[in-house]
Amino acid sequence: MTDTPRKIATRDAYGKALVRLGEVNPDVVVLDADLSKSTRTHWFAEKFPERFFQMGVAEADMMGTAAGLAASGKIPFASSFAIFASGRAYDQVRQTAGYGKLNMKIGASHGGITVGEDGASHQSIEDVALMRVIPGMTVIVPADAAETEQAVFAAARHEGPVYIRTGRSAVPVLFDDGYEFEIGKAVPIRDGKDVTIIACGVMISASLEAAEILSERGVLARVLNMATIKPIDADAVVAAAKETGAIVTAEEHSIIGGLGSAVCEVTSELCPVPVERIGIRDVFGQSGKPDELMKAYCMTGEDIAQAALRAIERIGT
Amino acid sequence: MTKEETRELQRIAQHIRLGIVKSIAAAGSGHPGGSLSVADIMATLYFKVMRIDSKNPKWPDRDRFVMSKGHAAPALYATLAEAGFIPKEELLTLRQFNSRLQGHPSMRHVPGVEMSTGSLGQGLSAANGMAIAAKLDKRPTRVYVIIGDGEVQEGQIWEASMTSVHQKLDNLMVFLDHNGLQIDGKIVDVKSFTDPAARWRAFGWHVLEIDGHDVQAIYSACEEGKATSGRPTLVVAHTVKGKGVPFMENAVDWHGKAPSQEQEEEAINHIKRSLA
Repeated sequence: MTDTPRKIATRDAYGKALVRLGEVNPDVVVLDADLSKSTRTHWFAEKFPERFFQMGVAEADMMGTAAGLAASGKIPFASSFAIFASGRAYDQVRQTAGYGKLNMKIGASHGGITVGEDGASHQSIEDVALMRVIPGMTVIVPADAAETEQAVFAAARHEGPVYIRTGRSAVPVLFDDGYEFEIGKAVPIRDGKDVTIIACGVMISASLEAAEILSERGVLARVLNMATIKPIDADAVVAAAKETGAIVTAEEHSIIGGLGSAVCEVTSELCPVPVERIGIRDVFGQSGKPDELMKAYCMTGEDIAQAALRAIERIGT
Repeated sequence: MTKEETRELQRIAQHIRLGIVKSIAAAGSGHPGGSLSVADIMATLYFKVMRIDSKNPKWPDRDRFVMSKGHAAPALYATLAEAGFIPKEELLTLRQFNSRLQGHPSMRHVPGVEMSTGSLGQGLSAANGMAIAAKLDKRPTRVYVIIGDGEVQEGQIWEASMTSVHQKLDNLMVFLDHNGLQIDGKIVDVKSFTDPAARWRAFGWHVLEIDGHDVQAIYSACEEGKATSGRPTLVVAHTVKGKGVPFMENAVDWHGKAPSQEQEEEAINHIKRSLA
């Protein structure tokens, strides 16, 4: 952990990580569908033009091409906005990356509503659910720049399909360069005994705010960074349930099918405790500034703190 | 190609047809029409054109084949059986529980299947990826694809057709199985599709038009494709759906149903007479 207030968008970290990965792994190739300046894959394109493939506005074709590259021993990172990578090209990802168990990676930037002004058409609130349900798919939502870089390298080491979701807006740097990310391992970033906030991506910062608010009210909240949504760290969820007795999940995604659902699947089967889910409540987003939207959809630190108090209230009922 | 080679390829194509009919009859379901229509192309590719080794299916320098119209899986399986990738008797397990021979081809189940297909329109994109990888690695690999003329109603075929040209994939060759029929009827009635050669020429492809049952013409097209540099080759292969089984020929109902026992016998006897 570091105290620096520095902010970096995870998509920037994704773009930089691809360049570093490309330097050490000649099998890595990158594809983009006319969004390379936004997904930051243009940095890789500038450094390794022969290993970058501009596919035009054709996400379905991009995923299929990535599949063919993966079937030939390459490690393709197919990159687009989350809404297109997961939704527009869903069947291609399912049939090739999924059913074919192909070693391809999907770099999905601009996840969630912090995309902001582009509005609901570009705000992906279902992508984690869509990817999570594909057998064998690994789903990662990194919280900050260091974790994103680690996730990119971990994805390249992992044999099989991986979906990495990054964000458009700058988010606080949480981890220093020594941080080590492991697929499927939750990372505790604040300890507490009264309730656990399990979060991912941009919601980690809001969760830390919530923990501060709660501590002022005498409630000690544990914060768990669940960057890997699938496979979820069930042991960490069960430990949180047993040790704190109540859970709040916080994700920049629909509360249906994403982190909140994944946590509830674990608790309901292994250790039922009250769970409150913070996220988009079965509606589409709209245009606006990221902060305005987070307030409007009840996804602030205060909202998480309130949810934590509700969860604690429900213990034993 | 010598007359003997031509006769041998024709004989192999008929054996592939036997495998198609027998496996679909044993399965009780499947797609005979569009499998029979590509048998001559399959025979020519696997027994004359492609550099493959059934004893070493993952040989890195091999040529690759993608059956984009995945419902023609019986044709692919029968060909792989003829070529020694899988045992011939396994064909009778098609579509059965625990069989490797899934209803549509699965690359994780069957040696020699290079890409899982079945959801139409996706094979050409994957083939592009393979052709790009071969160029990156400077391998002699050539990539062959069969797409269906109903399948081209999927937009991804046209996305991929733009990619093949943009990436200058002269190591890629596509056969359009142009049999004129799809599940719901004639292609032209379902969605107008005229002059495919002109369409792909307009996209920048090197285009050939042949009788898709003439093994000599298929082979010549492949040679011409090999000799073409800087752009991919598409072969409009005029075919007859159900080719080789008279009661299935040009009959839309035989797109996706299995023959009865009597029909199977009739089909097999007809094919065997051609082999005598």
